[in-house]
Amino acid sequence: MVANRSDETRVVITGVGLTAPNGNNLAEFRKSLLTGKSGIQKLNIRYIGEVVAGLCDFDPLKYQKKKELRRGTRAGSIAVYCAQEALADARLDLACADKSRIGVYLGITEHGTVETENEVYEIKQFDYDVKYWSHHHNPRVVANNPAGEVTLNLGITGPHYTLGAACAGGNIGLIHGLQMLLLNEVNLALAGGVSESTGSFGIFAGFRSEGALASHPDPEKASRPFDKDRNGVVVSEGGCVFVLERLSDAITRGAKIYCEIVGYAINSDASDFIFPDRERQIQCIRLALNKAGISPEDIDIINTHGTGTVEGDTVECQAIREVFGESPHAHINNTKSFIGHAMGAAGALELAGNLPSFEDYLVHPTINLDHLDPKCPLGSLVINEPRRIDKVDYILNNSFGMLGINSVVVVKRFDK
Amino acid sequence: MTKEQIRAAVLEIIAQIIPDEDLSNLKGDVPIREQVELDSMDFLDIIMELRKRYGIEVPESEYMQLATLDGSVAYLEPRMRNL
Repeated sequence: MVANRSDETRVVITGVGLTAPNGNNLAEFRKSLLTGKSGIQKLNIRYIGEVVAGLCDFDPLKYQKKKELRRGTRAGSIAVYCAQEALADARLDLACADKSRIGVYLGITEHGTVETENEVYEIKQFDYDVKYWSHHHNPRVVANNPAGEVTLNLGITGPHYTLGAACAGGNIGLIHGLQMLLLNEVNLALAGGVSESTGSFGIFAGFRSEGALASHPDPEKASRPFDKDRNGVVVSEGGCVFVLERLSDAITRGAKIYCEIVGYAINSDASDFIFPDRERQIQCIRLALNKAGISPEDIDIINTHGTGTVEGDTVECQAIREVFGESPHAHINNTKSFIGHAMGAAGALELAGNLPSFEDYLVHPTINLDHLDPKCPLGSLVINEPRRIDKVDYILNNSFGMLGINSVVVVKRFDK
Repeated sequence: MTKEQIRAAVLEIIAQIIPDEDLSNLKGDVPIREQVELDSMDFLDIIMELRKRYGIEVPESEYMQLATLDGSVAYLEPRMRNL
């Protein structure tokens, strides 16, 4: 994909805006990942009671008025915060930009669930009389809401929409932004993913009914991918938006370049609603490597998707072992062990958490790994403590989702 | 409710709907939308809150009677007098 390509056909990340359960910008997030700081806490959920969840504490009033918050959604607010932070990080002043050539592409796992549940709950006190149903319902639940709120807030008049891709959404938002730049549909993409899933009792109840909702007396220990005592997913909210630009534009304006996106792939299992498929994951990883024009041994860091479910973690480990071998060169970590599963934001957030490795040569670990599951033998898993390594040229990010959607992104140290 | 109480109730609803606005100098005889940023969706919020809090139904044909604060009080007084 990258050999001998002109700068107009290379896409780079020049800004990062995020909110995670353990950090409200990349520096905070990175510090938490290197110091073992979890973002998981107890939460009381309607109809369910106490669960563990990842909640973000960014200041929504930093970029929005109270009225915008009242009218909009949590996902929209997360998206606005992340987009504004990303633009600030990229040192881009929209007053000087052609706002019709900016696209907003955000991955989501779902949207509208929270708002619908809230509205049904609200009219319960009126004996379910729908004349009390809010006129704000439809603009809140349309699938483009989180991206649309970004355009309203920033006055962006280019395209905006979300990409529904279950828990692969974050990666796929990023990939789509890259594709739109390569098609010259836009000059700048705000791309990533968002999640407001912690506001929905149904998400928690659904995982619990599947036998896949994590629980632990200590919330910070609940998210434990690859541990033999793992018992499911910790649901989290969060968001991450990247500023993507063509390399030529980034160089022209003297932008700080975090990395180049050199490979990606999306495919489908076509086998089951929830259970993953080893062969399709292998295929997806190999497609991404091929697109990057590199071999498995070129990858230095692998961020696993691993959510803490028994089946999911096991299958992903099998796929990684098949592609990268028993003792891979790549150092393998897991970000959900810190922040839980940020759903539509997960792929983008987890990639962001690894980007500083290009500068600090540290690999953040997977935490809460006390007893490695014998079914998850990963040769170079970075366990509980960060690891310093000599070379960080390529990072690979897995992100998979229900209905069998797989996504893999490969980023490369920027080297003109 | 007295007229003063009704006026306070309406102001409380408006304050909740447009929390960024300063309502301290709102003139009673000038249309509310000429004084503060209040769009049609916000206006529907006022109608909804009157319905939820006080059980009052305002037909769409009578919305204009709520254009000013004084008009709102005059319209609502017979409907809220016995609350």
